Amino acid sequence: MMLPIYDSGVASGLLSGALFGYVLENAGFASPCKLTAEFRFTDWSVFKVMFTAIIVSAVGLYVANALGVMRPNGYYIPTTYFWATLTGGALIGAGMAVGGYCPGTSVVGFSSGRIDALFFMVGMVLGTGLFGGVFDPLKGFYFAAAGPKAQTLPTLFGIPDWAVLAILIVAAVAGFVLGGRLERKSGGALTAEQVNGDTGGMGANGMAAKKLETMPIEKFSQAH
Amino acid sequence: MNSNIRPFWPPLTAGIALGLALFLTFLLTGHGLGASGFFTRLTAWFGGEIARPATEANSYLGPYLKGGVNRLSDWITWEVIGLLAGAFVAAVTSGRFRIRFDGARGFGPVGRVALAIAGGMLSGFGARLARGCTSGIGLSGGAPLATAAFVFLIGFFVAGVLVSMLMRRTWA
Repeated sequence: MMLPIYDSGVASGLLSGALFGYVLENAGFASPCKLTAEFRFTDWSVFKVMFTAIIVSAVGLYVANALGVMRPNGYYIPTTYFWATLTGGALIGAGMAVGGYCPGTSVVGFSSGRIDALFFMVGMVLGTGLFGGVFDPLKGFYFAAAGPKAQTLPTLFGIPDWAVLAILIVAAVAGFVLGGRLERKSGGALTAEQVNGDTGGMGANGMAAKKLETMPIEKFSQAH
Repeated sequence: MNSNIRPFWPPLTAGIALGLALFLTFLLTGHGLGASGFFTRLTAWFGGEIARPATEANSYLGPYLKGGVNRLSDWITWEVIGLLAGAFVAAVTSGRFRIRFDGARGFGPVGRVALAIAGGMLSGFGARLARGCTSGIGLSGGAPLATAAFVFLIGFFVAGVLVSMLMRRTWA
């Protein structure tokens, strides 16, 4: 049997999504405080989890290709449109620093009972509509500096896949070590208890304890 | 109360599990995981409900309404429903589910709503510009070692850190 099997059905979507959501919530990525702590260098979970996941899946695809079970050019590889890709990534990073989530994690946040994540999703719909509104004048920028179709790092640098994987693994180990050090300096990565706001007086990550409290929904409705 | 809350998985465990889920998705579908694609379809559907002619005429969202086909019915929609369900099960079974208003800690309700919407707008706009989001380009492009994924992630982290510094100043 050749892979992938190209199952784009309901069950395939539900299964992939359910595993995705189950893991993201268990990683702590429903919490906007934990997610944004990455940008303050006080909690390196986002870097660690993403980098590890990229390496594991990249090694999986590498092995599957080497075993000859994958169809040639059998799976999707995005193309770089340098300015649009870079700016789009920057806007999503800025959006996380401002609103606490990215598109996928807002869904996870909402699933864990976070109402603010719902407002983030409303914002995403507005932002997508706005993009549609300015798409025509933006087209030049959108297609500017297009790279070769489906280019990968091994082709870009002219080195074998395994060499890129090895570099990524070294970078990940360095990130784990450096990140771990910075986390310890700021009182450790945020725990489930901390981000659930039930602990009283802890000053993790150099933030005042009161700032770590989430606002219970009753208080939120009273305030209105 | 607190004893009911289970700890998060260690990042290495979560990363390996996420990598395996992503790899499985590639084997099943020939592409990775995503999220923002669903919101594009949702926006087009919503636009079709409130302003059909304008949305149909729109060069970006119009194609999602063509031929009266329900474009919401797509793999990415089922995936996002799975994402909702999977995260919900994880939150409930770990004692981490609680209805609350999270968000920017230094702000009251109005400020938190405003920041969540503003952040969402940046994210929604950015995802269309980048042709995908953190999962669709960063993670799913990273698996096949696409150059695009790393260009995206550099932009994501650099801007995240810079804006975060500004936000901290706002909070102080």
